[in-house]
Amino acid sequence: MKPVSVEHMSIRFGAVTILPDVSFDVAAGECFGLVGESGSGKSTILRCASMLLSIWTGDVTIGGRSVREMPLNERCRTLQMVFQDPYGSLHPRHSIRTVLSEPLKIQGLDDRERRMREALGDVGLPASFLDRYPHQLSGGQRQRVAIARALILEPEVLLLDEPTSALDVSVQAEILNLLVRLREERGFTYIMVSHDLAVIDHMCDRFAVMQSGEIVEVLPREAIKGNEATHPYARELIGASLEYESVV
Amino acid sequence: MTMLDDTSGQTSAPRQTPQALIAARNIAVFLAKAPPSAFGLIVLAVLILSALFAPLLATHDPYVQDLQNTLQAPSAAHFFGTDELGRDIYSRLLYGSRITLTIIGLVSIVVGPIGLFVGTVAGYFGGKVDIVLMRLTDIFLSFPSLILSLAFVAALGPSLNNAIVAISLTAWPPIARLARAETLTFRQADYIAAARLQGASATRIIWRSIVPMCMPSVLIRLTLNMATVILTAAGLGFLGLGAQPPLPEWGAMIATGRRYMIDSWWLVTFPGLAILSVSLAFNLLGDGLRDALDPKQMNRR
Repeated sequence: MKPVSVEHMSIRFGAVTILPDVSFDVAAGECFGLVGESGSGKSTILRCASMLLSIWTGDVTIGGRSVREMPLNERCRTLQMVFQDPYGSLHPRHSIRTVLSEPLKIQGLDDRERRMREALGDVGLPASFLDRYPHQLSGGQRQRVAIARALILEPEVLLLDEPTSALDVSVQAEILNLLVRLREERGFTYIMVSHDLAVIDHMCDRFAVMQSGEIVEVLPREAIKGNEATHPYARELIGASLEYESVV
Repeated sequence: MTMLDDTSGQTSAPRQTPQALIAARNIAVFLAKAPPSAFGLIVLAVLILSALFAPLLATHDPYVQDLQNTLQAPSAAHFFGTDELGRDIYSRLLYGSRITLTIIGLVSIVVGPIGLFVGTVAGYFGGKVDIVLMRLTDIFLSFPSLILSLAFVAALGPSLNNAIVAISLTAWPPIARLARAETLTFRQADYIAAARLQGASATRIIWRSIVPMCMPSVLIRLTLNMATVILTAAGLGFLGLGAQPPLPEWGAMIATGRRYMIDSWWLVTFPGLAILSVSLAFNLLGDGLRDALDPKQMNRR
């Protein structure tokens, strides 16, 4: 278990500033949520922290080590990401065996067969799925494979970029329960992006409300129910979500 | 968490058969079903068979002159007649198919990888690499390909091998452009991001993730290109810059037959028909492949 700390993260594309100055801390083994409307920079934080984007300033430390200074292989084995769209995050021409064995080959890990079977078992898929292709799987199964791919390098920190928003409601619950169970078993630190407060309520210990690239308020999970936010935008967001849920 | 339900009913594809073979068979079946691409397949098969079995199928030696029998009209002894030196045109056409196949094969082997390499590297890295590689491609593209091949052959000296080199040098830029355009659409995909998070090197990402995605369209483009390659080779042969006499290259046969065209129509007609049908066949085959490899048809395969 390792804590994550984001310090003064800032990124701009040309004249447009996406994140002016974002800082927050996530305790070891905690699940931290990021909520906000589309375009508020939630996913960008994850892409910066994982170094998929490298042109940002500031720093992200995992267990006291800066992600910039970590060697590539160490970074890969510390931090992994699960993407929003399971239809786009698996290579359409790679079998599940290829998807899972590539990271092991790159990192030079042996005993691949056993690791692949274990990873599939962890996400509740039978080992016979190894020889399937993504187009033979349902959305929920694909997302499980994507989670297995993230798990197979045994990282400490998982970045979840709206892992359930492309799935239908019943499958969403399965995937969320899977993520909760994995955290209990393995002690991952999660940073989870979502625009769905119900998902945050189910998963996270604390969450940050974002508006146009800035964190307006960090709240504990318990604050959702009675809408205890103090910032007007956070109040509005939580209020709208509660209203929506009461209608549904 | 329970196991997922549909694991019991998985009998889809036998495990041992590689996916690529199944796909290849399905594509062939698809091509054979549509009349135009079926015609393409048949002509291609005839071309390959006649190249393979030319010594068995030929009635005469393609190089032996018979000055008693020059410019004979088609008959039972000479199916397609004889040329100005009394050589059997039918036998020369059969042996000429070997030259045509050699040209197509070598050009495709050279052009495919070069175009794919330049295109994927430019597309994946972007920035300065992209600018340099694409401006280089533009320079090659800005010449008409026959003129550029002419210049190369003139510099290298006329021969069949130099013609192949010259055609290859002019045929890769469209492939590179295509591969780059395809790469640009994939490079932002999440599966590329996932590969980067696993620590994959750029070489590995290009080779394992991007190249397989570019392959279908590059293959289609190569097939469509073959018609142009055949015509350029024939054009170079016709101008005397490709295969040299007495090689039975189809374009060169038309060139020498041109002088006797008015009296002896068979000298240019049969090589001309051969060039026409083969380049038409590759065009139809390319069109058929485009339908067969269309992503929307993926589910059917």
